[in-house]
Amino acid sequence: MSGAATQDPQGEISTAPAAIALRGVHKRFGEILAVDGLDLEVPNGVCFGLLGPNGAGKSTTMRMLTAQALADEGSIEVLGYELPRESKQARLEMGVVPQLDNLDVELTCRQILTVFARLYRVPRGARDEAVERALQIANLRPRADTIVRELSGGMRRRLLVARGLIHRPRLVLLDEPTVGLDPQIRQELWSLIDGLRADGVTVLMSTHYIEEAERLADTVAVMSAGKVIAEGTPAELVAGHAGERVLEVYGPPARLAEVSSLAAERGWESRRSGPAVAILRAESLDGEAPEGVLRPANLEDAFVALTGEEIE
Amino acid sequence: MSAVDAGRAGPRATSVGRLEPAALAGVMSRDVSIFGRYWKATTFSSIVQPTIYLLAFGLGIRAFIPQIAGVSYVAYVSTGVVATAVLFSSAFPGMFNTFVRWQFQRTYDAMLAAPVDVEELITAEVLWVSIRAGVYGVAPLIVGFFFGLEPEWGMLLVPLIGFVTGFGFCSFGVAIAAVAKTIDNFNYVTSAVLTPMFLVAGTFFPVETLPDGVRQVAYINPLYHCVELIRNACFAELGPADLGHAAVLIAFALLMWRLAVSQLGKRLID
Repeated sequence: MSGAATQDPQGEISTAPAAIALRGVHKRFGEILAVDGLDLEVPNGVCFGLLGPNGAGKSTTMRMLTAQALADEGSIEVLGYELPRESKQARLEMGVVPQLDNLDVELTCRQILTVFARLYRVPRGARDEAVERALQIANLRPRADTIVRELSGGMRRRLLVARGLIHRPRLVLLDEPTVGLDPQIRQELWSLIDGLRADGVTVLMSTHYIEEAERLADTVAVMSAGKVIAEGTPAELVAGHAGERVLEVYGPPARLAEVSSLAAERGWESRRSGPAVAILRAESLDGEAPEGVLRPANLEDAFVALTGEEIE
Repeated sequence: MSAVDAGRAGPRATSVGRLEPAALAGVMSRDVSIFGRYWKATTFSSIVQPTIYLLAFGLGIRAFIPQIAGVSYVAYVSTGVVATAVLFSSAFPGMFNTFVRWQFQRTYDAMLAAPVDVEELITAEVLWVSIRAGVYGVAPLIVGFFFGLEPEWGMLLVPLIGFVTGFGFCSFGVAIAAVAKTIDNFNYVTSAVLTPMFLVAGTFFPVETLPDGVRQVAYINPLYHCVELIRNACFAELGPADLGHAAVLIAFALLMWRLAVSQLGKRLID
């Protein structure tokens, strides 16, 4: 058991074991090393964001937490249970929302939730109530008896979330919860996730959307090539890896190339950001800076500085 | 524990083990819900198919073969069709449902994220299919009654024989689905394994009339033992040899079950 001191929502310091602890985890698929010496500790009661570009190993990590993928090396503990030996017990106490829609299209919302209430061992007498509660969470009460095939994409995603919450888990794994959704539906899901954290549920969310991590996560771990390369609150990551302000210089391609080489010459951290060159840590440029627009640094700047990868 | 946790049912009070009834029931409850959507089609085909067999073989050939192996041809065929019905209603779901739920619908991925392990998932799926195969296996006998088949007490054993046989063939289908690369691969199994299996089992003609080599093949065909057991039960001829037939079917079921769990398990868990 890991004994990290964590601060729970009531403000008390406790030495409860971390909700999730991974140490030196490796996972190989043939030639590909998907997870390469991953160390990760998720304290109880926080919303923890796993941020990384596609292919960073986030989904593999998520699958290892339910023992649907087995680590080649290293140790994994979830809710104090050792995986894979006690994974079934861990799964009983956590909820999972997968990235890919794996709802039974032939069943109704109510039928799916009832099946999962059974799978999660919700006692017979409490099952109907659990299903009603889940329908309420997903805002699907009017569609309770509609077949999944007839639901919209947003409704299906909400049902996926509700399915993972049917048994009131202490820990919820969300794998790219809003990938491919409309901005409006994304907002709905964000408030749902925020509500979970307010309820004291530990949330581990993988995402490659910066905004999602920035808005929801108390702590963000940036993953790249199968390991965590930086960890902290969004503000700490921004301050530590992109500084306070960013200078964006706009211009025709020739001008941008000129600015980029100037930055390289002076040792300024810079990156192409759409039609502009963004120079990080603009607060320390002392008067020699080219003309441009100053803006506060954000998590995207830190992310790109860390991973060297542009994201959507 | 925070105040929030205190409001929840003590999770550690529920402990989990191997092949838990609750997990099996949970997985099967999904099958039952889905069955609620297509039971009419299943019932229709399980009645119409033996009817057609009996009309074609029974009425068509009856004029030339009034008796076969000591019983009327109608009685012979209607009992044979029980076995073929069990074979197809278990091997096909074993192959196709498994492949579709695993690869296309990802249902198995969803359930394995819940406290259900691979062994429970596969066992529950096979159990459901074999119960259904056992129950629907009676349909050809019911049709047979209308064509002159005599009711016998031994017929009450037919659902049980169908269940055990179905368990084996469904597990066989699951194991095939686990190694199939695409859904088209099932064509090889259907044409090269299942079709000869259902013909060379004493379903429509006795295996004793077959040439020596082929007859030996029939004896290792589990469906042959199913057919023998069903006939002996239906014609009140159960004897010591039937213990052997039952033993073969049970051994086949257990072997295929373990094969299904190990093969699909390897592919469901990375």
